[in-house]
Amino acid sequence: MTALNRKLRRDLVSMRGQAFAIALVIASGVATLVMSVSTLDSLRLTQSTFYQEYRFAQVFVSLKRAPESLRLRIAEIPGIAKVETRVIAAANLDIEGFPEPVTGQLISIPDSGEPLLNNLYLRRGRLVEPGRNNEVVVGEVFAEAHGFKPGDKIGAIINGRRKALTIVGIAISPEYIYQISPGAIFPDFKRFGILWMGRTPLGAAYDMEGAFNNVVLRLSSDARLNEVLDRLDALLEPYGGLGAYGRKNQISHRYLSEELRQLDQMATIFPVIFLGVAAFLLNIVVSRLVSTQREQIAALKAFGYGNLAISFHYIKLVMLIVLLGVAGGLAAGVWFGKEMSELYMDYYRFPSLTYQLRLGVGINAVLVSTAAAMTGTLYAVRSAVMLRPAEAMRPEPPGIYRESIVERLGLKRLLSQPSRMIIRHIERKPFKAFLSALGISMACAILIVGSFFKDAVDFMIEVQFGLSQREDLSVTFVEPTSRRALYELQHLPGVKYGEAFRAVPARFRFQHRTYRGSIQGVEPGSDLQRLLDADLKPVEPPAAGIMLTDYLGKILGVRPGDRLTVEVLEGSRPIRQITVAALVRQYIGVSGYMRLDTLNRFMGEGNAVSGVNLAMDERHKFEIYDAVKGMPRVAGIVQRKQALKSFYETMGEQILVFAFFNTLLAASIAFGVMYNSARIALSERSRELATLRVMGFTRPEISYILLGELAILTLAAIPLGFVIGRALGAYMILYLQTDLFRIPLIIEPSTYAFAASVVIVSAGISGLIVRRKLDHLDLIAVLKSRE
Amino acid sequence: MTPDKSAAAGNKALSTPNGSETVFELRGITKIYPMGEVKVRALGGIDLDFYKGELVVLLGPSGSGKSTLLNILGGLDVPTSGQVHYREHDLSIDNDIVLTRYRRKHVGFVFQFYNLIPSLTARENVALVTEIADNPLPPEEALKLVNLSDRMDHFPAQLSGGEQQRVAIARAIAKRPDVLLCDEPTGALDLKTGIIVLEAIERVNRELGTTTVVITHNAGIADIADRVIHISDGLISRVYRNKHKKSPREVKW
Repeated sequence: MTALNRKLRRDLVSMRGQAFAIALVIASGVATLVMSVSTLDSLRLTQSTFYQEYRFAQVFVSLKRAPESLRLRIAEIPGIAKVETRVIAAANLDIEGFPEPVTGQLISIPDSGEPLLNNLYLRRGRLVEPGRNNEVVVGEVFAEAHGFKPGDKIGAIINGRRKALTIVGIAISPEYIYQISPGAIFPDFKRFGILWMGRTPLGAAYDMEGAFNNVVLRLSSDARLNEVLDRLDALLEPYGGLGAYGRKNQISHRYLSEELRQLDQMATIFPVIFLGVAAFLLNIVVSRLVSTQREQIAALKAFGYGNLAISFHYIKLVMLIVLLGVAGGLAAGVWFGKEMSELYMDYYRFPSLTYQLRLGVGINAVLVSTAAAMTGTLYAVRSAVMLRPAEAMRPEPPGIYRESIVERLGLKRLLSQPSRMIIRHIERKPFKAFLSALGISMACAILIVGSFFKDAVDFMIEVQFGLSQREDLSVTFVEPTSRRALYELQHLPGVKYGEAFRAVPARFRFQHRTYRGSIQGVEPGSDLQRLLDADLKPVEPPAAGIMLTDYLGKILGVRPGDRLTVEVLEGSRPIRQITVAALVRQYIGVSGYMRLDTLNRFMGEGNAVSGVNLAMDERHKFEIYDAVKGMPRVAGIVQRKQALKSFYETMGEQILVFAFFNTLLAASIAFGVMYNSARIALSERSRELATLRVMGFTRPEISYILLGELAILTLAAIPLGFVIGRALGAYMILYLQTDLFRIPLIIEPSTYAFAASVVIVSAGISGLIVRRKLDHLDLIAVLKSRE
Repeated sequence: MTPDKSAAAGNKALSTPNGSETVFELRGITKIYPMGEVKVRALGGIDLDFYKGELVVLLGPSGSGKSTLLNILGGLDVPTSGQVHYREHDLSIDNDIVLTRYRRKHVGFVFQFYNLIPSLTARENVALVTEIADNPLPPEEALKLVNLSDRMDHFPAQLSGGEQQRVAIARAIAKRPDVLLCDEPTGALDLKTGIIVLEAIERVNRELGTTTVVITHNAGIADIADRVIHISDGLISRVYRNKHKKSPREVKW
């Protein structure tokens, strides 16, 4: 080992606390990068492998009913490589020991078992066999939620007829990686399940023999998606086609894509913050180190070491810290990444997760951290080696100070001398002070960004289910039904109140923009399904015209007063222009709203209803469930409150894990900045502080001078952190806005308080560590040495 | 190395008390620093008294132990053995709180490199001490004593070396200390500025009656003292009283 390398090692050992704090910040940046990128890569790879191997369809369309012979005409559409027709039926399921309503979606697979598209990956058991008409394969999450195993039996009410089904297999499908009931917001694995059943028995049960009501397609490589969709829609229109869509709008695929988008965003924002802070820390630490080693540098140069050799010496020091951080970050990133991927596996079901860490990600982490560190270091090193040896041998001249703004404003009298020292010190290097505060602010901001989602989701849910959709139970019918159904349900014992609704699938057009959604017909004076204005105050649907969810208005580019083309995809399929009466505030889903009677008139039908919302007495709920399940025309029963509860239960764990990682990361930033600032303040001021000690100042008195500066920076940083956190939050939710949901920017005071507390505690801990060093100030050396 | 008892005995420096009361009483003071494997004896057993209001110069080459002695007098260090008392205060016990309080109440320090706080003006550097003292001089008065009335609002970076050292003296005396300890106060200054600084020290000693101890390796300065104590190799080698104190202006070095 050369003498210079030995010096390097000792320098590193003597500044181990600071080196560790910086390495920690770098490690946090690398860890978030590796965690999000590796999780993203793993999920993408797993997804594409699953899609490929299990032939995930590319086009999906539902219709009312078409004869099987239509299949050939679909196959003739140019660009279509494979066609599979299916029967999909909703069913109410009866599960022993679980009295609450459970909705099942029954999907046909060929009697021979293996579908052409959207193949099933069997976890257990087998596929259905021809000739056995009561066999089903159930989705994995649903099976797990109820503890099903092959051989178990469940009851299903299909088209008003009860059928006993036997589970023969448990499977997952590329079509239902994320299993959520149509129209639901959160998954409820207990109350919604996917079941695959042979085409012949399902067709027989659902009156679809020799017919189909759903088609999935795979395209040839030269196909143009939009053309195919248009031709398909034209072909299926007479058969009640509900509008074809590509993967982009397939629900499971959409949720997964949104999730990946969020991860992608995390992989950008967080590492940038962490590595930026690390670069800044390295800059201040290295400049300080270099300036305390001025004389050593001069001596080295006097001995004949070149600028390059000396620069290289300090760069090696920085690189050692960087590599330490990168190594720690890679290890933590892989660990976090695996944990995260495991969490995703709870919601997104794949045959198996292929955890993947690309070599490139590791190399990237090293390169990005090195670049950040070098930016921080080179300037400091350069200014040191540029000095002429003779000049560098002389100590640095005393700093030039002046009265601070605070004092010039006339507050001088209020400040003790130590307070003046603090303020002038900050003001002397305002940019450095600002960067320190900014670093601390970033820690605070990260904490806010990491924790506000819970506030926002709580608020979103409170608005959606507390103010808008307030029913206890929602019953939908197989087909539009007369209003009598409402009275029937209203008279069930325990039902307090009921309101009918109508829902029709429709396509909205404005200028060149279209959106395929639905129109909800709402009863005037409705109490269970209320529409809200921008201030979240209930508004009544108008007698004429349509109201749109504000986000749908944005998608279509319409404003109140504009005339919109509505193409209904049901019944007589009217196409008409309607005036947009108003926009309504809604955070989850998008829809058009009309008054029920207006919608009925528009559809050219009598007073038809699609379903009924009920308010009920909790004590009678099981009797009501039983009665409703037995009704022939009921297609589905949804208890939103239950769904919500189970969502919160499963989400709780995820939130805790995220909160833990986030707090850890942010605390490491706060600690890194604080500890380094405090250590540097100590090394810059140890002479001053020792002088004061000699003059009879006590330890608490000099601690005040040292830590007062940090306290001011911290206190200034916290409000700035709030602002940055809020801005980052706003940016994130803007990016995550979709027609599925729009997360509102709601940050509760408790979240701010939490962020501030973590920052203050980290500051306190680093302050205490440095404070201990004050006890070992060498008072005697002060009398002799000159800096 | 152990203290040489006979040498210590021969080094008693109990010169004529001159009728003044004793402020410091040092008996059998030794100081040994462990330097890795070896022990270095800085003071080898010193008996010494200091009297109220006198100006003492401790003279000796570097490494003689004079700074160690000053540190013990100032409550910055404690002896390895022996007793040191400042009036009723026992300075031999290593208790940070007690020693800090002693420094705060009774001692003014002047350092070779001034040790001013760069972020505070001359006046504020003085105020730093007066804010924590019981019965201080107003900072302006302290600065007037060292002839710096016109530079009070200057920051250290705007003052010459001699001016900085005079601010340091003003800062040391503003709390009306009982003792003023100066460690090579002219060490970093040229002759002309050094004289001005010595004049300030001499004036403070004369006008406020502060017991003053100046350490230096510069024999010329000894002429301004009431009493001169030579130290070499950790022992007192010679003590004498100046028959005719010279004023700093007459001193040559």
